[in-house]
Amino acid sequence: MFKYIVKRILMLIPVLLGVSIIVFLIMRVFSPDPAPIVLGQHATIEDANAWRAANGLDKPLYIQFVDFLKGALTGDLGTSYYTKTPVTQEIFSRFPATIELALAAIILASVFGIFIGIISAVKKNSIIDHAGMLLALVGVSMPIFWLGILLIILFAGVWHILPSGGRIDPLLQPVVSSGFYIYDTIVSGDTEALADALRHLILPAAALGMYSMAIITRMTRSSMLETMSQDYIRTARAKGISENRVVTHHALRNAMIPVTTVIGLQLGSLLGGAVLTETVFSWPGIGNYTVECILKSDFPVVQGVVLLIAFIFVLINLVVDIVYALIDPRIKFSKKEG
Amino acid sequence: MSMQHAELPKSEFPEQTADLLEKPESRLKEMWESLCEDKAALTGLFVILFLVLVALFGPLIMPYDPNLSNMTKSFIWPNSEHWFGTDQLGRDIFSRVIAGTRISLTVGLSAVAISLTIGVVLGSIAGYRGGKVDTVIMRFMDMMLAIPSILLAIAFMAALGKGLDKAVIAIGFVSIPEYARIVRGCILSVKENDYVQAARVIGNKSSRIIFKHILPNVLSSIVVRATLGISTAVLDTAALGFLGLGVQPPAAEWGDMLGRARGFVFTAPYTLIFPGIAITLTVLAFNLLGDGLRDALDPKLRKN
Repeated sequence: MFKYIVKRILMLIPVLLGVSIIVFLIMRVFSPDPAPIVLGQHATIEDANAWRAANGLDKPLYIQFVDFLKGALTGDLGTSYYTKTPVTQEIFSRFPATIELALAAIILASVFGIFIGIISAVKKNSIIDHAGMLLALVGVSMPIFWLGILLIILFAGVWHILPSGGRIDPLLQPVVSSGFYIYDTIVSGDTEALADALRHLILPAAALGMYSMAIITRMTRSSMLETMSQDYIRTARAKGISENRVVTHHALRNAMIPVTTVIGLQLGSLLGGAVLTETVFSWPGIGNYTVECILKSDFPVVQGVVLLIAFIFVLINLVVDIVYALIDPRIKFSKKEG
Repeated sequence: MSMQHAELPKSEFPEQTADLLEKPESRLKEMWESLCEDKAALTGLFVILFLVLVALFGPLIMPYDPNLSNMTKSFIWPNSEHWFGTDQLGRDIFSRVIAGTRISLTVGLSAVAISLTIGVVLGSIAGYRGGKVDTVIMRFMDMMLAIPSILLAIAFMAALGKGLDKAVIAIGFVSIPEYARIVRGCILSVKENDYVQAARVIGNKSSRIIFKHILPNVLSSIVVRATLGISTAVLDTAALGFLGLGVQPPAAEWGDMLGRARGFVFTAPYTLIFPGIAITLTVLAFNLLGDGLRDALDPKLRKN
């Protein structure tokens, strides 16, 4: 097991190197020259050349790439073309907002997804099952950003019960230590700010989590159905154990193994979905910022963000695989695997 | 491997080969029959046919020019004259939603065609050749999969610039790994089958074996993936449009319409309703059909 984990971690290196090559190719080779975009149309050729030299863009591409890699290894992802702030600083100041949103979304998605999935499986072919499956189907078919807009129209426009965007009321100034508002407001005991932060979090988390909820519902249902048809469930029933106990003690535990994997993988893909959700809800996270930077060709930031998200993504996949191995006793890692 | 064939009892070998060779057509036929019994999938199919008709004959049924702006008519709520109302520039939203059907379906189909073609070729080579070629191709696919696809597509659009053709390339490109993986997996599972071995033993070229003997057997899996892939492509197109990276104005694209109307969420919410319904309906239809095809393909599910 230890060998397997070490091997998988080592395998991350070529993947991340490849990702940085792909990102570098897209942003530096295929993209148009950023100088006229950053400096504006009125910049002279001399200005543009000076700017390129100052940002290292006058060097040959492979040297630019080596510089980028060297920097990335030491935690230096360059500086933003516009703000001149280090990219890492730009990213980390916004990252807690995105993580908070993604975690809230995955919690909502898991709780509702597993609950609806179990009910659908236990009451197979009932109205509840059909309604649950319809919800799951619509959930995977609806664009995240449109769902977000609908939620804003209903909850903020029609019923006026939840805010339409932002992370917290600008008038409230909570003590921020970690950047995670929910955590910070709990620690500082600021209940008013906590309530407000939660109210701001509900709609974006629901919009972002809907797709994952649909996937988790489907997975839970099919996994439960498969488990419930196993012989040991029949044995448990034959022994006279109550149906509730059969479901919760015998079926659920085994059915949850593939569901856990799906939840883990969804957490990774939520980071991509956050780009759209954050734009709709003006959520001051990394997704919103990335779109802004892409539109104004702030390449160092985009490179940094994509690399970081890819890193988190592969890391989550790795953790999911390891957790899967730990909770499923049937999986043994032979030398051939990994 | 050929030794194993020789060891098979003579009476069994031809029967088994014949059975396997018949599989592709009979499986597709079986899939179709099973699909006909699946109401949800049929609904999806009919909605898709309807959308195709709308895309083809759209200009004939549009009551107004979808791109004609008229500021004196901006923000008219839905009424008998403008069924879906008018947008900020006074354009008829009903006509624009119809015009958007052609764009979405074209982008969806073209993007899937790109990812399918490249994915099938790469997956076939990786699965059939194995060894180093397989490792190199699949590691590259893993790298692409390590970046959330929408983020990768956005980065591509930023590099390539706006435009539908570029959206097709970006969306098509980011889905290549999915097809490559599926095809590779399928090829690995059928490559050791007797009929493939037999084809190899009698001296067929690799490309002929792949196209004649292996791909027809994995065709059904590819059809399922491609159907579901169109729904993803339609969603991604809308997402790029919404972020302002899709079509050039004034072209009517559903995501772009939503993105531009976003500022009027409280004053003219109807401008944001209909394009969204169109996207959801299209994606839903392809998902229903894709799910139905997948169930039809899986005999275990079919029994249920």
